[in-house]
Amino acid sequence: MGNMKLPRLTIIAVLLYALIQLLSLVGVLNGYFLIIINQSLIFVILTVSLNLINGITGQFSLGHMGFAAVGAYVSGTITTLILKLSPDKLGNYPIFVIAIILGGVFAAVVGLVIGFPSLRLKGDYLAIMTLGFGEIIRIILNNIDYVGGPRGLLGIPKFSNFTIIYVFTFLTVVLLRNLIQSSHGRAMLAVRENEVAAELVGVDTTRYKVLGFVIGAFFSGIGGGLLAHLLQIAHPTQYGFYASALLLVYVYAGGMGSITGSIIAAFALTFLTQFLQLGLDSLTNITGISFGSEWKMVIYAVILILIMLYRTEGLMGMKEAKIVMLEEEKK
Amino acid sequence: MSALLSIKGMSHYFGGLKAVSNFNFDIPEGVIYGLIGPNGSGKTTTFNLITGIYTPTEGKILFEDREVTGLRSYKIVQQGIARTFQNLRIFGDLSVLDNIRIARHFNFKAGLFGSFFRTPGTLKEEKKMREEAMELLAMMHLQNRAHEVAKNLPYGELRRVEIARALATGPKLILLDEPAAGMNPKEVADLMELIRRIRDEFKVTVFLIEHHMKVVMGICEYIKVLDFGETIAEGLPEKVGKDPKVLEAYLGKGGA
Repeated sequence: MGNMKLPRLTIIAVLLYALIQLLSLVGVLNGYFLIIINQSLIFVILTVSLNLINGITGQFSLGHMGFAAVGAYVSGTITTLILKLSPDKLGNYPIFVIAIILGGVFAAVVGLVIGFPSLRLKGDYLAIMTLGFGEIIRIILNNIDYVGGPRGLLGIPKFSNFTIIYVFTFLTVVLLRNLIQSSHGRAMLAVRENEVAAELVGVDTTRYKVLGFVIGAFFSGIGGGLLAHLLQIAHPTQYGFYASALLLVYVYAGGMGSITGSIIAAFALTFLTQFLQLGLDSLTNITGISFGSEWKMVIYAVILILIMLYRTEGLMGMKEAKIVMLEEEKK
Repeated sequence: MSALLSIKGMSHYFGGLKAVSNFNFDIPEGVIYGLIGPNGSGKTTTFNLITGIYTPTEGKILFEDREVTGLRSYKIVQQGIARTFQNLRIFGDLSVLDNIRIARHFNFKAGLFGSFFRTPGTLKEEKKMREEAMELLAMMHLQNRAHEVAKNLPYGELRRVEIARALATGPKLILLDEPAAGMNPKEVADLMELIRRIRDEFKVTVFLIEHHMKVVMGICEYIKVLDFGETIAEGLPEKVGKDPKVLEAYLGKGGA
C-alpha cells in the first residue's frame, strides 16, 4: 500500500476488539452477551455476502442460507467426522481454519453450478429458482445419513470463539469492501443499474452476475462453517427458507448495497431478537399472562414494517459510512 | 477508401413484421452520417442490430472488414462501436465519474485478486483509470459534476454524460440515437458543436439518428432516409431535403 499509516477501519476494528475483550474480562459482558455478539458477527458475514448478490449486483437470491449450509456441513464433516479434531489442542486451529475455507470453496462451487443456468432468469423467476435451490439443499441434507440426516450433524467441536469469528468477519468486510469499491465492483454495480447499458459499455454482464453469486456463496459458506462450530450443531432446519428470508430482511433493513447498513442491521436485529425474548419473559412475569415466543416474531414484523414505511431504502440507503470508504473513493 | 462499417443485405423481422428490409450501406471513416425517417421506420432497430441487441434475420454486418454479426453486445463494443440511447440509460445511482469509469473497465487488466487485496499494480491501474476518466470529463465540461450522483443532473447534462460514457469505451464509431431529443434550442446548438468535436478532436466516426431537421441538415455529411424498413432516399443533405419521396414520407401525400 502506498501510504504507511494503518487504515482507520483497521485501527477501529482493533480497538473495538480490545474493548470487548476487556469488558468480558472485567465481567461487564457476560457469556450470554458474548454469544449474541458472536452470532451478530456471523450474521454480518451472511448479510454482507447476500448484499453483494442482491444489493450490489442487483440479482435476487432467496436461498442464501443454502450456501451457508454447504459451508457448515462440509467444514463440520471435516472436523467432526473425518478428523475428529478437539478444540483443546492449539495445533488443531489451523486445520479448523482450512476446513472453514474449504467449506467456503465448496459453497462457491455450488454457487457456480446453480448460478450459470439460473442467472439467465430475471426478477421473480430467479427468486423462485434460488428458493428452490435452498430447499433442495435442505432436503438433501435431511436424507444423508452420514451427516446425521434429520437429526443434524451433532457434536461439532467448539472451535468458533470470539477472536476467530471477529477476524473472519473483519476480513470478510474488508475484502468485500475492497472488491465493491474497485473497477470489478463497479462493473457489478453497472449490472444492477442497467443491464443493457452495462453490456453496451463493454461489461460482460453474465460474467459479473455469476461472479457476484459465486463470491457471495463463498463468504456465506464461511459464515455457515463458523456458525456450525459455534452452536456445535448443523441442522437442516437452520438453513431453510425461513432463515434465508430473514437474511433478506437484514439486507433490506440495512440498505441495499450498503456494507455499513448490513453491519448495523445484523447487530441491531440479532440483539433485538434476543431482547424481545427477554422483554416478553418479564412481561409474562409481571402480568401473569403468558406471552409465548411467537409474539416475538409479531413485534419483529411490526418493527420491520415501520422501517419499510418510514425508511424505504433501509437504514443506510445506498450510502456507506466514511470509515468504510476507501481513501481515494471519498468525496 | 474502404468502409469502417459495412452492412450487407440486412433484414430483421419481428414475427411477421418486417422491421428492417434488405438494408445495404457503407459508412466511411471520419464522416458524420445521418439516418432519418418517420416513427417506426426501423431506425432504432438498425442501431440495435449493429450493437448486437438483436441478431439480424438475414445479412451481414462488417466492422473494419471483420464480421460482427451475432456477437454479444459487449464484444461488439470492445471492437470499437459505442452508442447512446433514445431514452437515456444512465447508471443513475452512481456518480458521474463511476459512469465513465465503468465504460473503461474492459481495458482494466488487473484481476480479482488484485482488487480484493489492493495490490500495488491494481492500485496503479485504478489511478490511471480515474485520471483518464477525469480528463474525459474535463473535455466534456463535466469535471465539476464528477462526484455528483448522476440522476441528480439536469437532462441536457445527462445526455452529455451518456455521450462521454460512450466515448470512454474508446470507440472508432459512435452511434447516437436521437441526441437532440428533448433539448432546447441553445442545447441543440451546443450539441451540434459537440458532435463536430467528437469527429474532429476524438477522431470518431459519427452515425446518428435524428428527427430534429436542423441538426441533421446542419451537421450530417451524408443522409439515408428510411420508411417502413426500406431506404427511400440517400445522398447529400441538400439533395435529400428536396426529394419528393422524403417529403411525402414526412408530410403525407400532397404535403409537398
